[in-house]
Amino acid sequence: MFTVLLAIGILVVLSLIFGGILGYAKVRFHVEGDPIVDQIDALLPQTQCGQCGHPGCRPYAEAISNGEAINHCPPGGQATIQALADLLDVEAIPLDGDHGTETAQRVAVIREDECIGCTKCIQACPVDAILGAAKQMHTVIADECTGCDLCVEPCPVDCIDMVDVGITAKNWSWDKPQGVAAQSLNIIATDRSTEVSQ
Amino acid sequence: MQTAQVFSFHGGIHPEENKTQSLQLPLGKPSLPKELILPLSQHIGQASVPLVAIGDQVLKGAPIAANNGLLSSHLHAPTSGTITAIESRPIAHPSGLSDLCIVLQPDGKETWTELKPLPNWQQLDATEVISHLADMGIVGMGGAGFPTQVKLQGAHKKPLSHFIINAAECEPYITSDDTLIREKTRELVLGIELFQHLVQAEQVTIGIEDNKPTAIAALNKTLTECNSKIQLVVVPTKYPSGGERQLIQLLTGQEVPSGQYPADIGILCQNVGTCVAGYEAVYLGKPLISRITTLTGKALNAPQNVDVLLGTPVAHLLAYADLQEKQLNRLIIGGPMMGYTLDSAAVPIVKTTNCILAANKKELPAPAPEQACIRCGMCEQACPASLLPQQLLWFSKSQELEKAEHYNLFDCIECGACSYVCPSSIPLVQYYRHTKSSIRDAREAAVKSDLAKQRFEARKARQDAEAAEKEAKRLARQQASASKAVQTKKTAPATKTTEKSALNASNSEAAPQINDTTKKLKVDVAIGKSKLKKLQKQLVEAQEDERLEDISALQLHVSEQEKALVELETELAKAVKANPTKKPSDTPDNSVEKAKAPANDALKKAKIDAAIAKAAVKKVEKALKKAEELQAPEVDAIRQQLADAKKRADELEKVLDNPSPSTPPTEQKPAVSAAQLDLASQVKKEKIAVALAKAKINKLNKRLASSPEDAETVSKDIEAAQQQLVQAESLLATLIESQHNSQETS
Repeated sequence: MFTVLLAIGILVVLSLIFGGILGYAKVRFHVEGDPIVDQIDALLPQTQCGQCGHPGCRPYAEAISNGEAINHCPPGGQATIQALADLLDVEAIPLDGDHGTETAQRVAVIREDECIGCTKCIQACPVDAILGAAKQMHTVIADECTGCDLCVEPCPVDCIDMVDVGITAKNWSWDKPQGVAAQSLNIIATDRSTEVSQ
Repeated sequence: MQTAQVFSFHGGIHPEENKTQSLQLPLGKPSLPKELILPLSQHIGQASVPLVAIGDQVLKGAPIAANNGLLSSHLHAPTSGTITAIESRPIAHPSGLSDLCIVLQPDGKETWTELKPLPNWQQLDATEVISHLADMGIVGMGGAGFPTQVKLQGAHKKPLSHFIINAAECEPYITSDDTLIREKTRELVLGIELFQHLVQAEQVTIGIEDNKPTAIAALNKTLTECNSKIQLVVVPTKYPSGGERQLIQLLTGQEVPSGQYPADIGILCQNVGTCVAGYEAVYLGKPLISRITTLTGKALNAPQNVDVLLGTPVAHLLAYADLQEKQLNRLIIGGPMMGYTLDSAAVPIVKTTNCILAANKKELPAPAPEQACIRCGMCEQACPASLLPQQLLWFSKSQELEKAEHYNLFDCIECGACSYVCPSSIPLVQYYRHTKSSIRDAREAAVKSDLAKQRFEARKARQDAEAAEKEAKRLARQQASASKAVQTKKTAPATKTTEKSALNASNSEAAPQINDTTKKLKVDVAIGKSKLKKLQKQLVEAQEDERLEDISALQLHVSEQEKALVELETELAKAVKANPTKKPSDTPDNSVEKAKAPANDALKKAKIDAAIAKAAVKKVEKALKKAEELQAPEVDAIRQQLADAKKRADELEKVLDNPSPSTPPTEQKPAVSAAQLDLASQVKKEKIAVALAKAKINKLNKRLASSPEDAETVSKDIEAAQQQLVQAESLLATLIESQHNSQETS
């Protein structure tokens, strides 16, 4: 009987000690805000285009943390979906076509001689990448443009084009090799010389 | 000369050297090509900015492009001639893409510009000499094309223990450095001493592979002649001992830590070509406009080294070395290990082109198909950077970028030793290159998205602040008006919101305050009305939402409010009756003036209308002209509109010519003036409607002019809008007429 009581007593003391530690840790290491939202937000491409139906990337990150599907971000494409799936430990699903399709990186370009200086695109730009003033010609700061498209619609004279960022010698990258091709699975290394000389 | 200890580095391979072919003939000097193509980015870093324009005459050695930022270089005309184009041309790049190039047509005279050597460089400050080297466009000629001035300045951050001159030239086929040492031994030694003077290293060492006996002998001879302190260290032939980090390890036994530069451990490494270019820049004042390049491969009948002007097209050199077109299978720039295939022979020689390999089919067969990795580990044995190529392959294949980086993918020098030994012919280096660029892209994207986020958040903060400011202003205004109301209440305690006190006040206050009372009552009535409206609205909402308890309460409020309103109105009527004669007689002059003012206003308005109408006529005329030019079918419609607009303009002018005959009468009955006011407001409304209709027509016309395709629908719209306009105008005319009449009668 004594042993049982002793065991219970020890366990009670232990639980009190650890409970105290946990309680202290909860107060001491309390995290403000929702860290998962920050993590999701960090994976989103920050184009702030609103194609997901939310006014910016952070609101969508919040929506994802509340259970919205992870495949509503066309600018991020499949890579972002994969990253989100890895983070949230859910299955990667194909991009939802309702929200748009994945396109190449683009930037907005204003045909400057047609611009009437209405400032509507400036107000639409989520990242303040358009420069100009009322009745003055506007221009896009290409380096800051996220290619979100939001300036195209409000333009009353349709002088904004979305232009693909072309591949130049500076941003070109090597192709990924084909990998083990199907037919090469049939040969062994010593067959290589005959294969080659054919 | 003392013998120095030679260390070793991990891995390495011994591919067939194939160096003798190109050493059979002496250094060649090809003729001037028809045009020289000079890419603006021949070095690592930002592309140079052109200093010349199309059509400019330039002399040999004159600067044609200036450096653009810290990590950039100058570019000089390799010969005298005319600039014929500054345009995109294919350049020597693994992608086969084009880039901006200056195209120079030689005049064949080879007229040098004035050369500016630095004879007294030993007395000068190191910085001055380094900036002279920068002006002469010197870049590292070993392969990467790192601007030399940046490298030399970087060497100053730590006292240098070793200055190493890279003469290893380990890659098969290439013999350009070998030839350079043989041809320009003295210049090389002077160049090395020049650089040593600039960097003041403790020890100067030339590292050379033992497969260049002639060059070693020549160097030894010159070094003894000059009584130089430079040490010549012969290293065993092994690929890639010419890699900067590998050579440093061979000569000093030190490893350059991952992610750092040799300068971080007090070592500077320069290629022999760079040293000779430095000599020529300082001693002779010659900018970097030519280099020695190896032309080799079995498709060439006369493989050799050539001293070639920068910008010479590869095709010109191949012709010089007697190319057999039929034999040519692959054209490679650089060596067989680290070079890349060229798509076109039109690309020019640049500052870093050390070899052109025109290989036939036997020499460089197509790569065997890739097979599965058998985990033999031979790649690990061969890797000179002591990496784990197999692991990196897995991570590259599955695009696990973080892990690849963690396994030091960026320490890979892409020497190709692993691919060379791989029994499964896996193109490992290509995987690494792809993964490296993926990582770089991801980093860039991360930087960009961070920036976008920052800008988005800044914008949001700004918008919020603006909204808050507006709200604060609104509140301040509200408070101000509220405090005013309180003040007026205090000054006139009689005027209280409830009808009872109002009644008391009207009874007890003296005559001068009666006017105030009526005013107050009127305000109260207005307030009561708006309250009633609000309550009714709420009631409707409540009924829609079926909130029973609210409905009954609201109904009670509404009926109460209605009662109060009725009482207020009767009170008001009483108050007005109580002093009917006072009000008009109080301000007779005022009323006259008031009446005059609207007349003036009307005149002004008429003038403005006339101006607007004239402008409209002009606009329509313009539209008509455009339409006629386009031969659009809606010309008639526009003409009709023009006639209308003219008519209207004429009418308005007529009205203006005989200005309102209604000189204000001396006395006006309030009822009449009220009616006039009502009329005036109606006229105003109608005028606005007319203006709106006109604007619509204008807009439609614009659209018509810009897009004749959907002319039909647009012209239909125009017709409808015109009808509206006509209606509105006729209504306006009748209204104006009645207004005139009423004014006359009054």
